[in-house]
Amino acid sequence: MTLLAFDWAFIIEKLILIVIIVLTTLLITLYTTFGERKVAAILQDRPGPNRAGPFGLLQPLADGLKLIMKEEIIPTTASKWLFILGPGLAMTASLMTCAVIPWSTDLHLFGRTIALQIADVNIGILYVFAVVSMGVYGIMIGGWASNNKFSLMSALRAASQAISYEIAMGLALIALLMSTGTLSLKTIVADQVSGHWWNVVYQPLGFLIFFICAMAECNRTPFDLPEAENELNFGYHQEYSSMKLGFYLFAEYVNMIMSSAIMASMYFGGYDLPFFDESTVAPNIAAMIGVGTLLIKIVLFVFLFMWIRWTIPRFRYDQLMNLGWKKMIPLALLNMLITGALILSKL
Amino acid sequence: MQALTHKSFAVNRKPMTFWERLYLINIIKGMLITFSHMFKKQPTVRYPEQKREFSPVFRGLHVLNRDEQGRENCTACGLCAVACPAEAITMEAAERQEGEEHLYKEEKYAAKYEINMLRCIFCGLCEEACPKDAIYLSETFAPANYTRKGFIYDKNDLLIPNTLTNATALAKAKGVEA
Repeated sequence: MTLLAFDWAFIIEKLILIVIIVLTTLLITLYTTFGERKVAAILQDRPGPNRAGPFGLLQPLADGLKLIMKEEIIPTTASKWLFILGPGLAMTASLMTCAVIPWSTDLHLFGRTIALQIADVNIGILYVFAVVSMGVYGIMIGGWASNNKFSLMSALRAASQAISYEIAMGLALIALLMSTGTLSLKTIVADQVSGHWWNVVYQPLGFLIFFICAMAECNRTPFDLPEAENELNFGYHQEYSSMKLGFYLFAEYVNMIMSSAIMASMYFGGYDLPFFDESTVAPNIAAMIGVGTLLIKIVLFVFLFMWIRWTIPRFRYDQLMNLGWKKMIPLALLNMLITGALILSKL
Repeated sequence: MQALTHKSFAVNRKPMTFWERLYLINIIKGMLITFSHMFKKQPTVRYPEQKREFSPVFRGLHVLNRDEQGRENCTACGLCAVACPAEAITMEAAERQEGEEHLYKEEKYAAKYEINMLRCIFCGLCEEACPKDAIYLSETFAPANYTRKGFIYDKNDLLIPNTLTNATALAKAKGVEA
């Protein structure tokens, strides 16, 4: 299978893996939107969507169909190409994150060892950061190209919010990296699986900061200022309709799932099922258990995101900036300092 | 001044302590409250399958009444139309002919009797005005319709089924509406 100096089987294997992961992510996202509505409903003592199909399970399909059937409007004053590029970029950036997430241990199929990770980049976390900060371009471009002052203001808010919280997020991560000593997500997870405690035990404050910042990065309530309906009408996607709007809304959920996956991998042992020795079962079954475990962890995180969204109201803009610059960053620095001191004292 | 209720409190303007400023504890408290709502009983009535009972004084769609021999009570006197504050009722009177005594109770009857359900405010004044026991407000409401015309109910829609010739329909109507 080696032709033109390429291992074609490897490429096919990766292509299949990419397709599976992207499709699964989209499917899960579809049902996350449904889950969001259900969780909101249950927390508010209502039944939620329950008409389309059994228990309303076909609701996301109906929603998607509705969005596709809607009329596509591009404002005449909008910058057309950027207007189209915006949602595409938002979606691409949020989906690209899944490239470095280790979904489980290796599979052994057809005499090959298939790593359940699209790319084991040795700077995995930096890659995640790069892609995440790309995501804000989607919002920025979309908001600017709409040629609408509310969209523009919302895009500016989104950008400044993302930049402010990325600093604290990065600082929280540095502390984690100091204790793990690697940037590769696969190694970080593997270290947590092989006997150690999960990283959250070593980095509770770091995790808290990372979690809050992730919430801010995903534009989730209480940090959903870019979409503040009462001040900015509808935010950066105000001029969007049809599936372009759908892409923006969808990208938010993909982001949520991806940040849940990253948090689960970095702080909660990734595919590690606690109190279970993977070596007692066949490697393929162990890999499948790993995938299931990671998915369950992701679902729990997503539920936490939703639970918070339907509990607390939105921050005011100055509160958001105060929290980001005056609380999160000093706390993250402190966390880094403590971690450094502890590592030094152990040497 | 004496407080009117026990629900008003002076605003607490004490500066927040460090832990309060972190919000975390209060956020967790709030989250516990919302979590507890997951186990609460939903007050929702799942409407098309499950219907809530109307109160006994509910004023719904009108019915035109018949007497115990199945004859129409209405004499087209027009008092209901006069009483109607929304001017929803129109009617045309006609004289009873020979051989129609089994259809109409008195010598004069309503040849046409229409109520515009979009105008009607379901106040029940027609019911109060009627001297002949002919119009009543039932316990159902007007179902949705595609056209405005569909909300103009004529005699066919309003008359209750004949006691003598169509007893089963009457029983059915009573069973649904009771």
